[in-house]
Amino acid sequence: MVKPIIRTKQLIKRYPMEGETIVALKGIDLEIQSGEFLAVMGPSGSGKSTLMHILGLLDSLTEGTYELEGLNVSHISREMRADLRNQKIGFVFQTFNLLARSTALDNVKLPMLYLRPRINGSHKKAMEALKSVGLADRASHLPRQLSGGQQQRVAIARALVNNPALILADEPTGNLDTKTGREIMDLLSSLHERGITVIIVTHDPEIGRLTRRRILVRDGIIIQDEED
Amino acid sequence: MNIWLTALRLAIGSLRAYKVRSFLTMLGIIIGIGSVIVMINVGRGAEVNIQEQIRNLGSNMLMIFSGSSRSGGVRGGFGTKPSLRVKDAEAIARECPAVAEVTYSIVKNMQIVAGNSNWGTSVQGTTPEYRLVRNWPVKYGEFINAHHMKSAASVVVLGSAVAENLFESWEDVIGQKIRINNFPFRIIGVMNSKGRTPAGRDQDDVVFVPYTTAMRKLMGSRLPGVVHFIGVSAHSKQLVAEAKREVEELLRQRHRILTEADDDFTLRTLDEIAAASEKTGNIMTLLLTSVAAVSLVVGGIGIMNVMLVSVTERTREIGIRMAVGARERDVLIQFLVESTTMSFVGGLLGILLGIGASRAITHLAKWPTIISIDAIFLATLFSAAVGIFFGFYPARKAASLDPIEALNYE
Ligand SMILES: Nc1ncnc2c1ncn2[C@@H]1O[C@H](COP(=O)(O)OP(=O)(O)OP(=O)(O)O)[C@@H](O)[C@H]1O
Ligand SMILES: [Mg+2]
Repeated sequence: MVKPIIRTKQLIKRYPMEGETIVALKGIDLEIQSGEFLAVMGPSGSGKSTLMHILGLLDSLTEGTYELEGLNVSHISREMRADLRNQKIGFVFQTFNLLARSTALDNVKLPMLYLRPRINGSHKKAMEALKSVGLADRASHLPRQLSGGQQQRVAIARALVNNPALILADEPTGNLDTKTGREIMDLLSSLHERGITVIIVTHDPEIGRLTRRRILVRDGIIIQDEED
Repeated sequence: MNIWLTALRLAIGSLRAYKVRSFLTMLGIIIGIGSVIVMINVGRGAEVNIQEQIRNLGSNMLMIFSGSSRSGGVRGGFGTKPSLRVKDAEAIARECPAVAEVTYSIVKNMQIVAGNSNWGTSVQGTTPEYRLVRNWPVKYGEFINAHHMKSAASVVVLGSAVAENLFESWEDVIGQKIRINNFPFRIIGVMNSKGRTPAGRDQDDVVFVPYTTAMRKLMGSRLPGVVHFIGVSAHSKQLVAEAKREVEELLRQRHRILTEADDDFTLRTLDEIAAASEKTGNIMTLLLTSVAAVSLVVGGIGIMNVMLVSVTERTREIGIRMAVGARERDVLIQFLVESTTMSFVGGLLGILLGIGASRAITHLAKWPTIISIDAIFLATLFSAAVGIFFGFYPARKAASLDPIEALNYE
């Protein structure tokens, strides 16, 4: 664990609004090594999700630099960002974000649909991913036929299916009760044990305590960075 | 699996997920394509029918009327400024080598009385050759012959419609008497039915008397030797154009028409008539088809509308797809294939509807229709094109969504 998977320098994100400009991130310097298990914490509106979206290449930064696996991705094209999201990053959201009209299996297959070059055996891979989150027997269920915890497991299976280097989870337990939340956290920490870099956004200190490193964001800057 | 196949699978999946809506969306295209197909089928059918009727007018025939013509149509026609004479017809027979038979006739509408029925019809004073030029067989009895002509006999040959209207049974009409203009005539024959002209006139609503008799007894006030119509048949189909040239030159000479001046007669070959009617037929088809095309455009706008709503409704889905790695192009193709699939399937259903409706029209209204393969081919292409054209804007809109905004869309 010496190679940084993520390195940002003076990352700034501004939202130009009518009248005044909102500065969501005011200069983030962050280095994360491959295989880390990390929580981003902070009060509401501090910029956690914004940081997560930029690290996940869902959004673009305004100023500064961002290197992903040594590659400068600060100003790459939309298409390239889509490809990197597809191959290197898996997302887990608070609201699960599954396709409501597709089965659990089809939801898990989704990232492979956009994988290039195409691969064979996507069915088998999706089944394996479902099995690894303990839902092999729910493959043909629609999201509404699953509990919240199960839906989040399907989302994790989907995030895993293209063997990403990085999993980004924004409040993954926010819509779940404590017990189910703990199960999801156990699942995420097992991914960390498999060597995947896992970053969790949370404002819950109980959840943060389960990770190995916590950074605290306030008003768009990192004010604290502690490691066990 | 390639990107298009994936998109097609997604499209079919989403059409099935939103069955009713998809069908309603397709309805515009179904009706549009259906009506295009029906229009073209009916148009083609009518055209072929008319062409057949024109061929049926006579064999290798040239028709000559009094009065000059303008390009496109016959001006004047029967009656106006009679410029044709029996002597013209005789000269044509004598001096034009390409000509096989010549006939001429004079026409007037008159009342016919048989017993206590009477019937208004067109009385034609004509010659024995009329039957040959018009290629028109006699059903019962005989046609006017040279002897009848010479003696100006009071004999009449009935068109089948007249026979039908005046008599209960046809077999014993030969030899019976009818009165035309109060003169008694003896029936010597009944013609085969020839049907309608392309203009819709019933050719069987006619009686024939010898030209000489007509001039003497029925149309006495006319100038002697005047005819309304000269019919000429060429020796062969190949000689029709040659015959036309010969006849035209001869008549211009006989009528002393200066080189610069217009003809005082109108000469038409059946091919020319056929071409003219084909032209009007084409214009009709074009008109009807453009009306149908408008409905197709309306159908396309319907698709665009629904696709726009669909993009808005599925914003979150688009965001999810983008988050897991769908590129702009993937989303664009997905929605484009969806709209095209919808319009294409609508087009196919429209073609089936159109064929069904054409059959029904033929069956119920007795109109001939012809299932036109190129129309089907064109309709298929067109419906797909409608989907691509009207689906592009919504697809573009979907593809250019911002992933974050799409994901956070309520
Ligand atoms: N699209 C946007 N346009 C304008 N301002 C935005 C936009 N997205 C976020 N912001 C602003 O940026 C700041 C940071 O928002 P962000 O969503 O990152 O906060 P957060 O830490 O995730 O909060 P929470 O814990 O409530 O999720 C907020 O002030 C927010 O209003
Ligand atoms: Mg947030």
